Amino acid sequence: MEPLSKNISRRNFIKLSGMTGAALTLGLHLPAQGKEAEIVKPLAADLPGLELNAWISIDTTGKVTITNHRAEMGQGSYQAVPQIIAEELEVDLNQVNIVFGVGNNEKYGSQVTGGSSTVRGSYKNLLRLSASAREMLIEAAAKKWNVNQSECYAENGQVIHKPTGKNLGYGELVEAASKLEPPKNITLKNPKDYKILRKPLPRQDNPQKVNGTAIFGLDFKLPGMMYAVVERSPRFAGKVKSFDDTETKKVPGVKYVLKVNRDVFNNMLEGVAVVADNLWAAMQGRKALRVEWDDTAFAHHSTEDLFEKMRETAKGEIISYRTKGNFSATFEKAEKKIEAFYETPYESHSCMEPLNCTAHVTDEKCEIWGPIQAPDWIQSNLSAHLKLPMEKVTVHMTFLGGGFGRKAFTDYPYEAAMISKEIKAPVQVVWTREDDMTAGPFRPGMVYHCKAGLNNGRISAFEAKMAGQNMGSQEPGADKKGYNDSVTEGLLEPYFNSFPHHSFGDAPLESPIPVMWWRSVYASTNGFAYESFLDELAIEAGKDPLDFRKQHLWEERYQHLISKLEEVSGWKSKKKNDGYGVAITECFSSIVGEVVKVSKGVNGKVKIDKVWAVMDCGWYVNPDIIKAQVEGSIVMALGAATKHATHFKDGLSVEKNFNSYLMPRINEIPEIEVHIIENEEKAGGVGEPGLPPFTPALTNAIFDLTGKRIRVLPFNLEEV
Amino acid sequence: MAALTLKINNQSHTIEADPKMPLLWAIRDLVGLTGTKYGCGIAQCGACTVHLEGTPVRSCSIPVSAAANKNITTIEGLSNDNSHPVQQAWILEQVPQCGYCQSGQIMAATALLKRIPSPNDKDIDTAMLGHICRCGTYPRIRKAIKTASQLMTQKGSTK
Repeated sequence: MEPLSKNISRRNFIKLSGMTGAALTLGLHLPAQGKEAEIVKPLAADLPGLELNAWISIDTTGKVTITNHRAEMGQGSYQAVPQIIAEELEVDLNQVNIVFGVGNNEKYGSQVTGGSSTVRGSYKNLLRLSASAREMLIEAAAKKWNVNQSECYAENGQVIHKPTGKNLGYGELVEAASKLEPPKNITLKNPKDYKILRKPLPRQDNPQKVNGTAIFGLDFKLPGMMYAVVERSPRFAGKVKSFDDTETKKVPGVKYVLKVNRDVFNNMLEGVAVVADNLWAAMQGRKALRVEWDDTAFAHHSTEDLFEKMRETAKGEIISYRTKGNFSATFEKAEKKIEAFYETPYESHSCMEPLNCTAHVTDEKCEIWGPIQAPDWIQSNLSAHLKLPMEKVTVHMTFLGGGFGRKAFTDYPYEAAMISKEIKAPVQVVWTREDDMTAGPFRPGMVYHCKAGLNNGRISAFEAKMAGQNMGSQEPGADKKGYNDSVTEGLLEPYFNSFPHHSFGDAPLESPIPVMWWRSVYASTNGFAYESFLDELAIEAGKDPLDFRKQHLWEERYQHLISKLEEVSGWKSKKKNDGYGVAITECFSSIVGEVVKVSKGVNGKVKIDKVWAVMDCGWYVNPDIIKAQVEGSIVMALGAATKHATHFKDGLSVEKNFNSYLMPRINEIPEIEVHIIENEEKAGGVGEPGLPPFTPALTNAIFDLTGKRIRVLPFNLEEV
Repeated sequence: MAALTLKINNQSHTIEADPKMPLLWAIRDLVGLTGTKYGCGIAQCGACTVHLEGTPVRSCSIPVSAAANKNITTIEGLSNDNSHPVQQAWILEQVPQCGYCQSGQIMAATALLKRIPSPNDKDIDTAMLGHICRCGTYPRIRKAIKTASQLMTQKGSTK
């Protein structure tokens, strides 16, 4: 690629960096797919591409500004990205100021904060970028002192000349450094020498989160902003037949009542918006609104019907995804044949911050602010729908009060933009808890039909059929005949080698219920089915469940994880009245094993005593954030396993708020101990992979204690 | 609509509001203090917890008229520099993830520690049961309450 920095003129550079003095600004230029990212300096104004690539900027006071291109929803990108940059840049984290990037795919690459991808998707580029800036600062200092560059090193925001001890702060060097070219070759640090990475440094966002100053989507205000709430069709595909707003308009503060669409996977779902000059008035106005819905064009589903259908289809023909050998023939000849069904419910994301979005649309431009996981998707969606050029659509991320996949979706900003366009004013659309919990998209309900054959205590044949909605084919006109490759999500990769004959496929369920990623996506349900089934197979084979897994997972990385799990949990020395269960899953390039210990309390009821988790996520940033994410994943899994589920009746969502969609509470949380494996593998995800193994480890432990096998979620721990 | 006086964090605010408006929206939208959060609107999650005359209450379920002229403390009133022992403990134990529920959690913990300076696990369960954290920070909340208790004892203060 043409070195873009050639095109920088000094005047433009200063203009672009937006500062009165000089600054060193470095960014990544992402060329065509498959090519390595280029490290570049800002471009002249007539080449806008580069200025947009800015990631790191160091000003004349030595202050570093980092653009965090990913959403912060609790998972720690706000800390992880700066921690990576500070390491190779040789600055203290306190010198670093973080700003959220706006949506721009060309600038940052994908910003969709999903798939536990922030660190694993960008760490190598971030390391190279910051090391490049450091080398340019060293080079600038060496030139100034007229010494050999190799005699200089950088530390704590300054360049030091080793022989003499003289030093210059980064701020004094940025002007000279900005005239240099980024180095061609960069040597990155050996992880053994890390000073900032791999340290449990406190999160930079936490001071704002303990005093009420962190700005979430709902806290964002614009001058002249209106508030809107929307009465959306309670049945997903319902149409507005008519509405009567006579009483609504009598509510003081209510300004507009209008029909509005929401783009849900290109299906236009309908609603009526009430816009007022304060939120309470809008809510009161909505209460007084009468809407008549036309929902005759589709079947009104119930949970019973949906699962009955899935149970049926899981037995029949499937769309095949991944096979090896001849499952049927091997299964028929097996010494032991085992078959089981597992069911997992629909679930709501129920982020603590209900959905909301602020939009300001004019004829010329559109600006969006909100708790947003996928700013770049929103930018392209709104650019297309509003017929505005991409650069006229700006999407700002606030802090997210939880995301879990739900806020990666473009429907709620779309709806806000349409209301703002119509009323020609900035508007904040607020979803009530009930709106948030009943509208979806949900984690899809699933039925798994598993079959396996055992020969000589080993798995000779393994088949899994997954029935349920396919998140990938909800758009009108989507290919309904394609396989769902997510059927193997969560399963450890080596099993595909050790199950000599296997078959994985799915039987898609058609339904108007919108479905979407829910923390750890299909692994959250696959993991329960497959790891429960493996436990059943181990018992049938007469083997210890941990040994049985060891026997089928011969790669060193997996053997090591199992040994660690065995060691930390005291698996081999369990007491007579304890139940132990294990499960290991792999998703987003991380492997996590968990052991749950249960026993009977004085009241004779099963209680969870402790959970041990071993996380192998390869290269990592901050051990304390990893521990926090695994703890949180376990708590979220505990809720989905034992507390809550979304049901449907007559086409309507049954659970509407936390009085029926029950959450785990502080008194129900077991002790959790998290261990992190140290190795040199590539970075894997952290925010999600801790979730899938918990539930099967728990139900396997319950089986170990009571002999009762749980195959349907959720179950009531009180009633085991 | 009525003119009401809200005494929040030792400051008086005169507002014009529907007397039935929940205190939560008055604090957030009329006074402009957004640290207090909306989570459920039916007193199930605890995100909106503030102190009314020193007692933790769910501001989403109290009409603003019932709080008029009474002393209200919100998260912003704990300290302006994160110096309150509960805030310090929350940072020491790295409690927050998304952080959305933490204002309510902290207000509940502060009230608990005022009542019981050295709470045991059962006291913590009882006081914190009404607070949902979807990120699952519960183990750290428990730890942080114990840490805050120690910090307070060291300081000899139960602020």
